[in-house]
Amino acid sequence: MKFQIEDVTVYFPYDNIYPEQYSYMIELKRALDAKGHCLLEMPTGTGKTIALLSLITSYTLSKPSNPVKLLYCTRTVHEMEKTLAELKFLHNYQVKHLGPAARILALGLSSRKNLCVNPSVVSAENRDSVDAACRKLTASWVRSIAVENPNIPTCEFYENYEKAASDAVLPPGVYTLQDLRAFGKARGWCPYYLARHMVQFANVVVYSYQYLLDPKVAGIISKEMQRESVVVFDEAHNIDNVCIEALSVSVRMQTLEGASRNLNRMSQEIERLKATDAGRLRAEYNRLVEGLAQRGNLPISDTWFSNPTLPEDILKEAVPGNIRRAEHFLSVLRRLVQYFKGRLQTDNVEKEGPVTFVASINAQVGIDQKMLRFCYDRLHSLLLTLEITDTDEFLHIQSICDLATLVGTYTRGFSIIIEPYDERMPHIPDPVLQLCCHDASLAIKPVFERFQSVVITSGTLSPIDLYPRLLNFNPVVTRSFTMSLTRDCICPMVLTRGSDQLPVSTKYDLRSDPGVEKNYGKLLLEMVSVVPDGVVCFFVSYSYMDGIVNSWHESGILKEIMQHKLVFIETQDVVETTLALDNYRRACDCGRGAVFFSVARGKVAEGIDFDRHYGRLVIMFGVPFQYTLSRILLARLEYLRETFQIKEGDFLTFDALRQAAQCVGRVIRSKADYGMMIFADKRYSRHDKRSKLPGWILSHLRDAHLNLSTDMAVHIAREFLRRMAQPYDKTGAMGKKTLLSQEDLEKMVNGVGETLF
Amino acid sequence: MADKQVMKRAKYKSSVKDPGVAGVLKLNIERFVFMPNDPKASTKLNVEFRMITGHKFTKEGSSKQALLNLTQEQGGNYIFEFDSFADRDVCREFVAAAIAFHSEAGKATTENSAALVNSEQLSRAETERRIKLLQENSELQRLHRQFVFGGILTDAEFWATRKKLLDQNDNRRPKQRVALKNEMWTVKPLSDGQSNRVTFNLTPEIIHQIFAEKPAVRQAYLSFVPNKMTEKEFWTKYSRAEYLHSTKNVVAAAAEAAEDEELAVFLKRDDMLANEARRKIRRVDPTVDMEADEGDDYIHLPDHGLFQNETKDVLESQYEPYRRSFSQDLNQHAAVVLQGRLVDVELGDPRSVAEALSRTKQAEVSDEISNRNLEKELSDRISRIAEIEDLQGPRDPAVAPLSIKDPRDYFDSQQANAVKALGDAGSGAKPLKSSVSPREAYGSLTDLVSDIRVMGLSEPIMNPEVALKVLNGLTQSISSTKFHLGKNPRESVLDSLPKVTKEELLHHWTSVQELLKHFWSSYPITTKYLYTKVTRLKDAMSQVYPKLQEIKESVQSDFRHQVSLLVHPMLQALDAAFAHYDADVQKRSAKSGERFNGFG
Repeated sequence: MKFQIEDVTVYFPYDNIYPEQYSYMIELKRALDAKGHCLLEMPTGTGKTIALLSLITSYTLSKPSNPVKLLYCTRTVHEMEKTLAELKFLHNYQVKHLGPAARILALGLSSRKNLCVNPSVVSAENRDSVDAACRKLTASWVRSIAVENPNIPTCEFYENYEKAASDAVLPPGVYTLQDLRAFGKARGWCPYYLARHMVQFANVVVYSYQYLLDPKVAGIISKEMQRESVVVFDEAHNIDNVCIEALSVSVRMQTLEGASRNLNRMSQEIERLKATDAGRLRAEYNRLVEGLAQRGNLPISDTWFSNPTLPEDILKEAVPGNIRRAEHFLSVLRRLVQYFKGRLQTDNVEKEGPVTFVASINAQVGIDQKMLRFCYDRLHSLLLTLEITDTDEFLHIQSICDLATLVGTYTRGFSIIIEPYDERMPHIPDPVLQLCCHDASLAIKPVFERFQSVVITSGTLSPIDLYPRLLNFNPVVTRSFTMSLTRDCICPMVLTRGSDQLPVSTKYDLRSDPGVEKNYGKLLLEMVSVVPDGVVCFFVSYSYMDGIVNSWHESGILKEIMQHKLVFIETQDVVETTLALDNYRRACDCGRGAVFFSVARGKVAEGIDFDRHYGRLVIMFGVPFQYTLSRILLARLEYLRETFQIKEGDFLTFDALRQAAQCVGRVIRSKADYGMMIFADKRYSRHDKRSKLPGWILSHLRDAHLNLSTDMAVHIAREFLRRMAQPYDKTGAMGKKTLLSQEDLEKMVNGVGETLF
Repeated sequence: MADKQVMKRAKYKSSVKDPGVAGVLKLNIERFVFMPNDPKASTKLNVEFRMITGHKFTKEGSSKQALLNLTQEQGGNYIFEFDSFADRDVCREFVAAAIAFHSEAGKATTENSAALVNSEQLSRAETERRIKLLQENSELQRLHRQFVFGGILTDAEFWATRKKLLDQNDNRRPKQRVALKNEMWTVKPLSDGQSNRVTFNLTPEIIHQIFAEKPAVRQAYLSFVPNKMTEKEFWTKYSRAEYLHSTKNVVAAAAEAAEDEELAVFLKRDDMLANEARRKIRRVDPTVDMEADEGDDYIHLPDHGLFQNETKDVLESQYEPYRRSFSQDLNQHAAVVLQGRLVDVELGDPRSVAEALSRTKQAEVSDEISNRNLEKELSDRISRIAEIEDLQGPRDPAVAPLSIKDPRDYFDSQQANAVKALGDAGSGAKPLKSSVSPREAYGSLTDLVSDIRVMGLSEPIMNPEVALKVLNGLTQSISSTKFHLGKNPRESVLDSLPKVTKEELLHHWTSVQELLKHFWSSYPITTKYLYTKVTRLKDAMSQVYPKLQEIKESVQSDFRHQVSLLVHPMLQALDAAFAHYDADVQKRSAKSGERFNGFG
């Protein structure tokens, strides 16, 4: 369908549109017009992504003189693929209706691991070894040697790509990672470098959060994006955590040992180089005098993670004289590593701020703040000079330098915590030094400054006023949309008691109570015998899940559950979890039905949809609080209280409930879909907890469903499923429209002040 | 046919080498009687065919005797030598028919009976299948008795037209394949409480499950048993390993494994599974592929990001391979159950099960390598999922892909339906003229549209009162016919007939069909054999003809019309056959006459 929003003609690839999608687009357009940031909460299952994509692409089409580039950030690769699939659908529609003028270039960008087509490289185990294997074949010095010596292996895909030079372009279209690989294979060009190159010219780029938020990555990938870009963070309810993680480093004994090894290797290299090619070291020295800013001229295959901080001006400064010489720099690093080793030898938990930490480093080993700040770039330069390709071996020293640079740059928003052992296992010594960032706004600040519009959107951003404070920005539009449902297709319930009327909870004192475990098991057992197709269970942590599943297994409840459905479980091994998920979907597809056990805050909860028959019921066992005794969390809470006046309890509840809402929100995808959500913990019945749930869940949570026992819940589930099985009118004829056609929209625009819903 | 008899001269022999007693062999459908020429001889035989389970005979050849050997149920046999092979063959055919007759009656599971194909022995399986078919289908049995024993058709001819039926039965599978049980084999040691002995129960089903879920155990079984250890030792060892796992004492497991390398195979992590996982991960739906995230997420650098709150069991590296989690087993189990029963072998023999499983796995691997459409399939799938269903206007009616396990079954039944529909429609309605060119259709449509433009739709197309009347009438008549006659007109007519008449009619209908089928399939007549067959068939048909007439007349007057309607097509078909026969005969005689003339 095609309709007007003010001066923009929106091409929407479906015949109908939900009213909330329409108002979402209106708000989004206002933000774009105002060239400001916005914060939009819209329930899952209302087609956020497609609304967003079609408005922004149509906006660009309507204003060809001033094209807007879209940088769409997803949290995971599979969300990236989903988004690109929707975009492809939209693009086909727009090209069909507008002709070739509507053609755009859209592509996904990921790491070498996901894009490489060279079989010898991509077979490497993890991302870092793939990166290193690629560098071994494509680094500029390797290639220049290979010109003279044909025995040096190079990557044919990269060579072909280089040979094609400016001819190596992607024709317009929408490219998923898979399409990129296929294209690369067909042409014989390296898809990774091709994609990296094409990112500058693409109209839409879909990539992971880190490419913008982690300054190390953003510095090389996203630095050429123009200011006239719209940045979208989808599923952004956890964005503060992502920002914090991007600037946090932890150092253990293994890291330090590895770093020492790296330093030894580097000093050998330096000796070797001195003997063979001393000129190169001298050249580097001269370069460092002029500052590090010229890094931009490096060939694309030599780029590195850039500096973990982004202040532009430090790059123009000259590198401090006492670390310009390679040997001197190495000895500085040695001293630093030695200092860290000493700090780890403690028996007590220590916590301090960056300023005192830097002062103590300066006092003990004589490294000042400025030297620390340049550590990362200096290391990078040295590794390049030494022509080191097996970069995956040098991760340890990189971590150290990363930490040094962060400590040297920021004076607030961080703390250094040294723990001699894990709180939960005091008998095992496992010292760790952690630099934790508490201020989410630090990592995202450059994004807000650089781009004219940043859109933060998710299904759960409640309470919506908290996010601008956490991220420290001023949105021009802040809106939370409710969901207009044709029928009550979601059925949230709070289950407080088991079938024996005893309370259920994952509270610390009740957690390992066999009665609670049994009641939880009985609840699941009753539910799997009633609910068709897929059932998803979320537990508060891996250890809790392992414990309860084992106890169900021993008591025979699991066996009874298996009489009804297949059982799959999330493990900490991603490969296994992925296969389990794939099998789970298959089992739901073929009608066998299955249960998936998963962990709130785990990888599955973060980004896998359990829509339609993949999830007719979600059970959230317990309230997914963070581990409250964690020192990092305590430090962060303290920081939040001091800086933003956010109470600890409020933040913890907010955090736990956004996770719970996120977990249960995965069951619904469209208004034709339906699903039940059970919050199985007595604490959910309390108002202070419950009220933190997003509005679209609360509005369907009836008073009668607030304090249920297992038998009542089963009864409600039966009724609900029966009701959902009836045919219904999709357009929602009873009073309010929940599905608008083009005609309806035109009427609405012309009509006077007709409210949407 | 029951009174049909065969009498031939033959010698009865107690063994092949025995010179034999000359006499007369008399065969009828019930029994055979041998009367020696010498009335005093004691070798009189009077045996019921019921007791005979099979027959053998010598191949026709110059040097051989024409022998017929009848095998008795309780063992022992009767050997007859005939003067000529022709005599023997007549008897043989008769005997075969008689044996078949008795076995058909369901008295005994006879073997090797209905064998009659051109002096070739039928395989045992083949005959069994035929007998089974006859037993299952009483109608077929009746036909078989009528024509084959009546001598109108030979057994071979009878079955030749039913090849399909036989074939179909040939690859007869169990109607529904049984899935694997969704139950994990848990080591619940049964200890008797007194000694330290622990007992495990293993059934073939469980062994199958273990092999399917744990490729390493399967591999070990194939390589160890029986060369290195016996079956029993193998399973004892395996159970020991399972027991060690169930104690969750990794250190103890590692210690035991260090001492016993075979035990270590069971205790270590399954590398084959890991390889399989690596292979499968490439084919996974990209929208659930979390492994790709691992490759993308720059936060998951070692030492970067916040220290995760999850505790990990810290284990020394030497114990690492011995760690195995229950979750892994759970996932693997569910995956295997979902995949279903891959092999169709008897579960009794563990070795064959293991081999079959390995084979299917290999086949899977090679399938995957050859499957190049995978990427396209995956991307199709994603784009399908990407669409939001209820925003889209109603499209083509939602259809699910039809999954037909055996397409032949489906199409055969469809054909039967179609034939039935044709038969129903045949008498009355003319075929509709359905071939309208698009041009014509378009023309008429535009005409209609322009008509409506001119006239407008002011007038209702039909007078509502008339319409209502017609509608009422129709509803009434439909419901009444439904009430009286049921759904299918033909059946309902039959139902209203007296039971005897109905059955008789149906029987004649099938037999006429059978005869006609054979009759028409014999044309053009190229051999003498076909000629005699046709003559036989014609005679049989002419016998049916008056019977049909008889039925028509015998029924009560109320049904006479309906019956004659039913009988009419049969008679017509028969008439057509006769006409064809006559014409053919005339043509032949004319031909031979011409030839005669030509030569004369």
